Amino acid sequence: MMQTLPPTDTDTVRRIVADLKGRPGPLIEILHAIQAALGYVPEGAVPVVAEGLNLSRAEVHGVVTFYHYFRRSPPGKHIVSLCQAEACQSMGAEGLTSHAKHHLGVDFHETTSDGQFSLEPVYCLGNCACSPAAMVNGRLYGRLTPERFDALIAERGLKK
Amino acid sequence: MTVTVYVPRDSSALSLGAGEVAQAISKEASARGIEMRLVRNGSRGAYWLEPLVEVVTASGRVAYGPVTPADVPSLFAADFLNGGQHPLSLGLTDAMSWFASQQRLTFARVGIVDPTSVADYVANDGYQGLRRALSMTPQAIVQAVLDSGLRGRGGAAFPTGIKWKTVLDQPAGQKYVTCNADEGDSGTFSDRMLMEGDPLALVEGMTIAGIAVGATQGYIYLRAEYPHAYRALNHAIAAAYQARYLGSDVMGSGKRFDLEVRLGAGAYVCGEETSMLESLEGKRGEIRVRPPLPAIKGLFGQPTIVNNVMTLGTVPTILHKGAEFYKDFGMGKSRGTLPIQLAGNIKRGGLVERAFGVTLRELLYDYGGGSATGRPIRTVQVGGPLGAYIPASQFDVAIDYEALTAIGALLGHGGIVVFDDTVDMAKMARYAMEFCAVESCGKCTPCRIGSTRGVEVIDRILNGVESERNVQLLEDLCETMLQGSLCGLGGMTPFPVQSALKHFRDDFRARTRH
Repeated sequence: MMQTLPPTDTDTVRRIVADLKGRPGPLIEILHAIQAALGYVPEGAVPVVAEGLNLSRAEVHGVVTFYHYFRRSPPGKHIVSLCQAEACQSMGAEGLTSHAKHHLGVDFHETTSDGQFSLEPVYCLGNCACSPAAMVNGRLYGRLTPERFDALIAERGLKK
Repeated sequence: MTVTVYVPRDSSALSLGAGEVAQAISKEASARGIEMRLVRNGSRGAYWLEPLVEVVTASGRVAYGPVTPADVPSLFAADFLNGGQHPLSLGLTDAMSWFASQQRLTFARVGIVDPTSVADYVANDGYQGLRRALSMTPQAIVQAVLDSGLRGRGGAAFPTGIKWKTVLDQPAGQKYVTCNADEGDSGTFSDRMLMEGDPLALVEGMTIAGIAVGATQGYIYLRAEYPHAYRALNHAIAAAYQARYLGSDVMGSGKRFDLEVRLGAGAYVCGEETSMLESLEGKRGEIRVRPPLPAIKGLFGQPTIVNNVMTLGTVPTILHKGAEFYKDFGMGKSRGTLPIQLAGNIKRGGLVERAFGVTLRELLYDYGGGSATGRPIRTVQVGGPLGAYIPASQFDVAIDYEALTAIGALLGHGGIVVFDDTVDMAKMARYAMEFCAVESCGKCTPCRIGSTRGVEVIDRILNGVESERNVQLLEDLCETMLQGSLCGLGGMTPFPVQSALKHFRDDFRARTRH
């Protein structure tokens, strides 16, 4: 049984589809807009989008799940993405990652129990001359150390 | 006269605190009742000195860095607004040897101009290339690009002029210019720097491409991990429309060119051109089987140019200064210059643009200053996650497409990731397979299944399970992926693995189980 959206969210999704459906190849644009509005792409949005674009649910589901960026569950208040790619590895990303997991008490793709922080892996933020790098809510950080990581989490209110 | 101060808005500089520095400078200036003009430029690319603050003086731009907000009061006290001496003084920016020895053509304006200003762009040779192109026939524009020797800077190094000619030769109808700005290779950031620091160069390059082949619509496919570049590009595009460099009457020529940015959604494979086209159409980024070539049947089934940011960003210079000028740089079949990115464990990381022919050793030691950790450099990976690992014994190789191919490596997008002697090469080989497994589009079996099997086989080797036999199996698997994959993701993932096996075989010895 597919979950249904609350009426206000359904309206939001319908409005986004109506606004963007006239553009060439609009599906990914629509999914970006839904995630920007709701924080993720709820399963219940899939049939609404499919109907609006005259696509099958499978086609829409296929696109949502293909792309790492689209979230299928609500994120925490803050999204922390840690770069795992080679340049960051050469500067200790592995150690920073285990520190971060331990500090937040979550693994990748998980959210802290207070709903504050979601931890995600990312493969390159284009900050490779200032490794290791991370992004918090779209804000980029470079030359991170465990201490600096803790500080930027504390600024955003991790209860320890 | 009001003093002009430059503090970068480049995202790497911001990641090191450039935003806070800019704020502190503004605040201190108003507290002291000093009037100044603060420009948020791109980065000059000397990232070990970021945040790099520059002040315009009578003798040129004077640099200070790396600056923290805490340094700001003392900078004012030292009269930095008049180029005063300070412990962070670096002298005239252009006189610093790191910059003076570079040959910046594609990056001529990055870090110099205000990326948000069309006027500043035009005052620094901007739109000279387009002006020239509009006075030429489409065939002559394509010929100039062909004659320049420019090859695709995204990694495949295909002659750009041939791609353009193929699109030009297609019957009139809807054609497209697309820019691949899905810069996902670790160790690369030149696309990002140009889009943030000189976005109009890309806009101009795409407009020239459109005029050349008769395409009226352009798309920039930008990765979602680059929010700053997204803002910078959209700002530049809006400004270009307003100044009539885009739209229905480009520079009064009566020719149309429209341009928009489309965001990717975190899929490395979308850096492959056919996968990118699928994604631009709003679909799963699965590889298309070629032929047909995108130049014949590309976006929405129409003839399409697909070029990388660096390629398109270089076109204005070629049209402005001429094919001969550009071609005079470089060596062999690698003509012109390459924006090279020094990344990872490097003391002086950043952007070095040099003519082809500079050696890896010069880049790593003369520009890079050795490793950041101070330990010996053991290996570098050139060309992103699909590039080979090059051992220190081969550091005299020249940066040239053919020279790198000759030693079993590749140049790719010009990113160099440095590792010191603590690197575990079996782990890096395992990571290459793991990355391929995460990012495979799933269309072909060698990539989809082979990558996962690759991880398992390496694990068996390291766990001492029939190590010799499994090393052989890994070599076989690499050969299968190399020969049997549809695109470069599966087809090139073996390069880092094979090079690690070849040059660092000792790292693949069995480890004790924990």
